[in-house]
Amino acid sequence: MPITLRVNGRQHTVDVDPETPLLYVLSDDLALRGPKFGCGLGQCGACTVIAGGRAIRSCVTPVSSVEGTALVTLEGLGSVEAPHPLQRAFIDDQAAQCGFCLNGVILTAKAFLDQNPKATDAQIQQAMSGVLCRCFTNTRMMHAIKRYREKTA
Amino acid sequence: MTAEQTRREFLKSSGALVVCFSSSGLEPLAFEQGRGGGSRSQVDARVVDSWIGVAADGSVTAHTGKCELGQGIQTTQTQLIAEELSVAVDRVKLIMCDTSICPDQGTTSGSQSHPTNFNHANLALACATAREALIELAATRLGVPRDQIAVERGVASVKADRSKAATYGELVGGKAFNIPVSPTAKRKEHGAWTVLGTSVPRVDLPAMVTAQLEYVHNVRVPGMVHGAVVRPPEVGAALKGVDEGSVRSMPGVIKVVVRQNFVGVVAEKPWQAVRAAAALKAEWSAGSGLPRQADFYDYLRKQPSRDTLVVDSRDVDATVGRAATIVKATYRHPYQMHGSMGTSCAVADVQADRVTVWSSTQSAYPTRSGVATLLGVPVERVRVVFTRGSGCYGINGADTVAYDAALLSNAVARPVRVQLSRKDEMAWENYGFAYVIDERVALDGAGNIIAWDHESWAPSLGGRPGYDTPGNVVTGMLAGFQPAAFVPRSPAPPPTGRFNNGSNAAPSYVTGCVGDACGGTGRVKSERVLTHTIRSPFFTGPLRSPSRLQNTFAHESFMDEIAAKVKVDPVEFRLRHLRDPRLIDVVKGAAKAAAWETRPSPRASQGTLARGRGIACVLYEGDNGYCALVAEVEVDRGTGRIAVKRLVAAQDCGPISSPDGMKNQIEGGALQGMSRALGEEVTWDDRKVTSVDWRTYRSLTLGADVPAIESVLIDRPDGEAMGAGETTITLVAAAIGNAVFDATAARLREVPFTPERVKAALANI
Repeated sequence: MPITLRVNGRQHTVDVDPETPLLYVLSDDLALRGPKFGCGLGQCGACTVIAGGRAIRSCVTPVSSVEGTALVTLEGLGSVEAPHPLQRAFIDDQAAQCGFCLNGVILTAKAFLDQNPKATDAQIQQAMSGVLCRCFTNTRMMHAIKRYREKTA
Repeated sequence: MTAEQTRREFLKSSGALVVCFSSSGLEPLAFEQGRGGGSRSQVDARVVDSWIGVAADGSVTAHTGKCELGQGIQTTQTQLIAEELSVAVDRVKLIMCDTSICPDQGTTSGSQSHPTNFNHANLALACATAREALIELAATRLGVPRDQIAVERGVASVKADRSKAATYGELVGGKAFNIPVSPTAKRKEHGAWTVLGTSVPRVDLPAMVTAQLEYVHNVRVPGMVHGAVVRPPEVGAALKGVDEGSVRSMPGVIKVVVRQNFVGVVAEKPWQAVRAAAALKAEWSAGSGLPRQADFYDYLRKQPSRDTLVVDSRDVDATVGRAATIVKATYRHPYQMHGSMGTSCAVADVQADRVTVWSSTQSAYPTRSGVATLLGVPVERVRVVFTRGSGCYGINGADTVAYDAALLSNAVARPVRVQLSRKDEMAWENYGFAYVIDERVALDGAGNIIAWDHESWAPSLGGRPGYDTPGNVVTGMLAGFQPAAFVPRSPAPPPTGRFNNGSNAAPSYVTGCVGDACGGTGRVKSERVLTHTIRSPFFTGPLRSPSRLQNTFAHESFMDEIAAKVKVDPVEFRLRHLRDPRLIDVVKGAAKAAAWETRPSPRASQGTLARGRGIACVLYEGDNGYCALVAEVEVDRGTGRIAVKRLVAAQDCGPISSPDGMKNQIEGGALQGMSRALGEEVTWDDRKVTSVDWRTYRSLTLGADVPAIESVLIDRPDGEAMGAGETTITLVAAAIGNAVFDATAARLREVPFTPERVKAALANI
């Protein structure tokens, strides 16, 4: 069944089972590299996308439920040449190891700080409590997120 | 960009290529076998061109057999190449672990990349040889003696007249060096380093944060379809039958694939494959049953075992017999998981005359051999293209899923991508070893250790497949291959050869004497280290600091117990028994940076919240990186919760190649160690593993309260390069446990330190 998605400012029409999790459509049909399969259970954050300004777990979101909603993936924030300030903060802090979690980390933080630009450290910590980094780059990542908050507040 | 395009670009842009390709694209011409062991690699590691190529534009393309796993080795190797060849970092392109063009360097593991490629061999030596060759070419071309040539930023010039110059592109661009790697080539003096030894930003990070980097999960090749696997419902279950009709009418289903106990489904789209695998009706026999987890450590002691004596001075029992005091304790460590963030994934394209596998395996060449064995094709026809994966920390599912993809692609004659489910990853990976360890020491009247007796029991099954044992991981076993045979051996033969403390089975405080040579770092001469390996009910394999972490947890906790027994400060007591000056230096370095308060433990303050500090130290693998770690904790006596407030690590891994990269490894190792110490444990019932997702296997998240981490980096310009990635994690459980003891007088002897265990220990004081 044809479904129209708005991803990173562009329209895409895909012909898929409407129950297909959004993640599969983004990473397979649209070949985006940002959203990643980590658990398929909504437990780790790797598949995060921003839908209508909110961070959602695309691995447990039926594609039909976000038809027409503005979706932003990690590649929608900035580019290698012109990274988004939050992406820039991660580069400045060298805040990654394998990088597989970066999609969920950056998008979860972005959506949260967009809504709560003056969030306290404890609130940021709470917002990140459902996101995993199994290389445990916690210190650098949290530092980068807080620096971004300071710059944008 | 697809991997194929990447390769083509490489062929265009790279200068010298030792490997040629036939018109069909992938059949390498036969070359003399390079060193690397058993892989029949056509890339001859003895010649410079296998490592280094200079293009006409002067850019350098290098090939390595050590790959980027998240540890930063792509950047650090790039620094090495840039340094030795005197070119800018952004003029170096590094191709990692593609079996068609990279030398066979075995497995990227065991903290071996730094010692292997940054000392006087392999990549470093190839670079040094290339540099000398470029100077030689320049001297000839410019008509001056070699010592009159300077090289800088890819240009060789006459020292006295810099206008007389030639670029690398002019000297060799696009042509082969055609020289062997010279064992006498001189590496650049450490004092002249301008790139190596500095914190060059990760070269891959901009692409990573903007989702441009191609992970193996992103590989897409023309005609590719998707597979999903169906693993047995219980450990040891055998397939009785599959009802293909149960999925035949499902959308997109192409084929159900069965090979002995291996079952998979191939479909046009990934979600269709996942749905079909879930719907497939397969009948399995009952499993073989599992030993009760509650009694598992006792069970281990009663099984047939393979025994090894690491060291035995043959006087331990006599020394214990005349001891003033004997101290004993038993420590337990559970199976733990690699638990990669992304489940493992691979793409395989099995064609009649060639096989290509895109894989994040740490072992490109061994995986190539394993795939060849699995498919029954000559190894020369198989190419493994290393492609970035989710951090693995040892053997995660990368190898097994490469086999899955190969079996499925072979069955449908199309490229197949497989990504495991979370449960498939967690229920069947090669877990880090469980351990139960008995420690015993004899003390003299002055409270000095005069004998150390260590005995351990650990279960093992499978492991890295190497070049010839695909049954060491689940897919190979399901498809009919056996894991490496378990052969009991008891009693252990006496130790021979050199003292080998690769698993840190011997504590840092013994002399480690085998024959006439003593390789230990300590002073205790009466020493016995006996290990028992038992057949594991689950697959096991290297998990960051395999065995080293478990053994060190026991040694360093025990050392703390002894120090407390004789009422001596834990740092002072360690120093009293150490003799290796570099290990002494990291202990002192960490203690100093932490402003260590010299006094015996425990402090055992009153009140609900108790604070304490603990220390642990290790020479990783007996010769591969020195580290000491101080932990400061706060223990809530009411809840049993441990809050780690501060971690201070001092580390010496020889000459520092990248200070920030080293810090990143220390920080990640410290927190991964904390997650493992506080919460991680594989669980099972009488039939199957029950820790199969992030609810049932507890990892710290980004929301966790984490301590400040301070790193003291000790640079040893004249030393050998050693490992830096597994040192800190080795010490975390012991340092935290010792700090908890200092705070509360409660001793934690079993990992993980759950609130329940802390409360039980508090009740036991």
